[in-house]
Amino acid sequence: MENSFLFQAIIYLGAAVICVPIAKKLGLGSVLGYLIAGIVIGPYLMGFIGEEGEDIMHFAEFGVVMMLFLIGLELEPAHLWKMKTMILKVGLSQVLITALVFFGIALALGLPWHMALAIGMALSLSSTAIVLQSLKEKNLMDTLAGKHSFAVLLMQDIAVIPILALMPLLALTDLGTVSEHGSLFDGLAPWIQTLSVVAAVGVVILLGKFAVEPLLRMVSRTRLRELFSASALLIVIGIAFLMEAVGLSPALGTFLAGVILANSAFKHELEADLEPFKGLLLGLFFIAVGASINFELIFGNAAMVIGLTFGIMLLKGLVLFGIGKNAKLSLDQNLLFSIGLAQIGEFAFVVFSFTLQLGILDRGTTDLMMATTALSMTLTPIFNLMNEQLLLPRVGVKESTALPDDEIDEKNQVILVGFSHYGSTVGRFLRASGVSATILDHDADRVDLLRKMGFRVFYGDATRLDLLESAGAAEARLLISAIDSPETNLALVETLQKHFPNLELMIRSRNRADAYELMEMGVENIYREHLDTSIRMGKDALIKLGKRAHTVQRLAQNFQKYDEASLRELVKVKDDQQQYISMVRRQIEMQEQLLTGEMKRRFSVNDHAWDSEAIKKEIG
Amino acid sequence: MKQILIILAHPKFEHSVVNRALIDAVKNLEGVRIQDLYELYPDFNIDVQREQELLFGSEVLVWHHPLYWYSAPPLLKQWIDLVLEFGWAYGPRGIYLSNKLVLSAVTSGGPQESYSAHGKHGHTFGDFLLPFAQTAKLCRMQYLPFFHVGGTHKINAKELDEAASQYRNLLIALRDSTSVATHPTPSSNSQP
Repeated sequence: MENSFLFQAIIYLGAAVICVPIAKKLGLGSVLGYLIAGIVIGPYLMGFIGEEGEDIMHFAEFGVVMMLFLIGLELEPAHLWKMKTMILKVGLSQVLITALVFFGIALALGLPWHMALAIGMALSLSSTAIVLQSLKEKNLMDTLAGKHSFAVLLMQDIAVIPILALMPLLALTDLGTVSEHGSLFDGLAPWIQTLSVVAAVGVVILLGKFAVEPLLRMVSRTRLRELFSASALLIVIGIAFLMEAVGLSPALGTFLAGVILANSAFKHELEADLEPFKGLLLGLFFIAVGASINFELIFGNAAMVIGLTFGIMLLKGLVLFGIGKNAKLSLDQNLLFSIGLAQIGEFAFVVFSFTLQLGILDRGTTDLMMATTALSMTLTPIFNLMNEQLLLPRVGVKESTALPDDEIDEKNQVILVGFSHYGSTVGRFLRASGVSATILDHDADRVDLLRKMGFRVFYGDATRLDLLESAGAAEARLLISAIDSPETNLALVETLQKHFPNLELMIRSRNRADAYELMEMGVENIYREHLDTSIRMGKDALIKLGKRAHTVQRLAQNFQKYDEASLRELVKVKDDQQQYISMVRRQIEMQEQLLTGEMKRRFSVNDHAWDSEAIKKEIG
Repeated sequence: MKQILIILAHPKFEHSVVNRALIDAVKNLEGVRIQDLYELYPDFNIDVQREQELLFGSEVLVWHHPLYWYSAPPLLKQWIDLVLEFGWAYGPRGIYLSNKLVLSAVTSGGPQESYSAHGKHGHTFGDFLLPFAQTAKLCRMQYLPFFHVGGTHKINAKELDEAASQYRNLLIALRDSTSVATHPTPSSNSQP
């Protein structure tokens, strides 16, 4: 019973469903949630899963492959080409310097050179899965720290190829014994191997350019949604298989395929179809990492393992920090960059098990290094959290008080929180109309730029009371929140209502559900971000269908008024229903109520302005 | 005491000197309510029902605006178009405005004397207000002699003070006059 597939699935899914929301609620991020779930169900706590954890990890590594495919989809080739100097400069120097540092230390500790080199190379890699997942979750991919992290991870994925190729050369045992783990072409001459690698990459590019698109077009004509998902999976798995066959990193191959398909018309369908698979597999992967932590070993050699983990992470972090400094990252971005990438990556598991098979490292060393790797991955989200909560706020305060002018000059009447696309449009319009706002933003580079342009800008987390105070929340008349995240908005509103009850709030909200929550908190001015645009789009559609523009304009105005009013009506009846209807159902019910309301209203029929029909009828 | 409803239409009230002085002189009077159309409906999307309710609840209606190209600013015309509905303001069943008083309070850049048969504009000021007078009539309202402040580009402080207090006194007089508005039975045919 315990070993049945369904039971296993229940354990994994159950652990994830319980642990991840709790971790998110506590602000720990989903990665740590999954890791904790893994530890809980792992052999050392509840023992639901044992040795098979490692097999699952191999399977779940496929989540990383899919993630890189999806990231490739977002990157157009031209864009990738622009990143080439960053990848080479930042990425390559990270891999080389880190590997050299650990190589040197291992040598100094008296390890033979081939072991030292294997360890150095394995330790130079970071965890693509953890870092990218955290960056995406926190919306940091577009910051400088995010871009540099991505460049490093990409270079590491490329570096995997020569590292794996070098390993057999370091082996002191007979090469013949490893063929089962290697690629199809292991027995062949090196030039054939090289040729096959080039050929495989060529095949991927050609397939991506000429075969995938027609295939997807054909499949999409069948109008079978699941068939499209199947083809998407087929593409990714096929490429991964091809790459593995020639001994390349599957992640790198699928990334390449993603980049080639970035201009495809099916880009968004592919993304939508693969996203859930990726999420699940990554989650599974993190659980497996959590479950594979060998607590017996750690407790047995506590000082050794913990010392190793912290020492390695510190050294990696320092190397990264130096590289970040060299790349002129500001302090806060550099902290995000260097702390984020300081762990040993999942790829080290592969390298270490490979080195064990090749006889480069012995069983004891391998186990020790594996435990260290797992522990460092588990510590990463915790370190990130400490960085965000403890370190960055201090850095931020320093930056915002560094300019003494800020404190002296007159306080603005408007505080604008968030200067992304949405906020910058609001801010630019205000400024063009002669109103300068005090801006709060958490991207230090944007803050620098804005300051150069003469804006009054504070850097940091807007939900912090001290920052709001120094931005002049006590004297300002309006606070405009252009923040995208509902959680942050709610936290911000709570702080503001508590400490600055006289400040008028104008809050951006993503949708009706967010608007409800804000309304329940007593926020009067709520701006659903899509409302005006979508009505304008509908308006233009009606005009294109031949309706007269002014009539449509009036219909649109009335519709928007009605929509805002109905929101205020619906929020009153909302609590009568069961508290915990799922969000999706709630949204559907809302739409239903709205649509029936619209049917009853029939705006166009009620509009008698400039209409002589009634007059004709009555007088006629 | 009558309720006075001022429908103010000025597209750039913040730059206006004369209209500002006039409005300032009356805005705190008891029984006077000002609907600042360009402030309320910048998108020209007039809340017809609300406007009709306010209109119904008052005995004196004031159309207060500058004269632009011999007429009112467009939002006041929009207000007239939308609020004075057939079957409500006029037509066989349109009795809800009967016997209310209507006053046009209008400013103009040209001085009083330029509005005459031999003046620059070739017609009297009242001639240009004919559409408003007839609109009032069609709605069975009583159109009062207009209140006009001319030569607003050259007006001095003393003249402006005088005009403002005249306006104030006029509204007070209208407010406190005792003539009672009664609702007559709907009369037959009338159409625009």
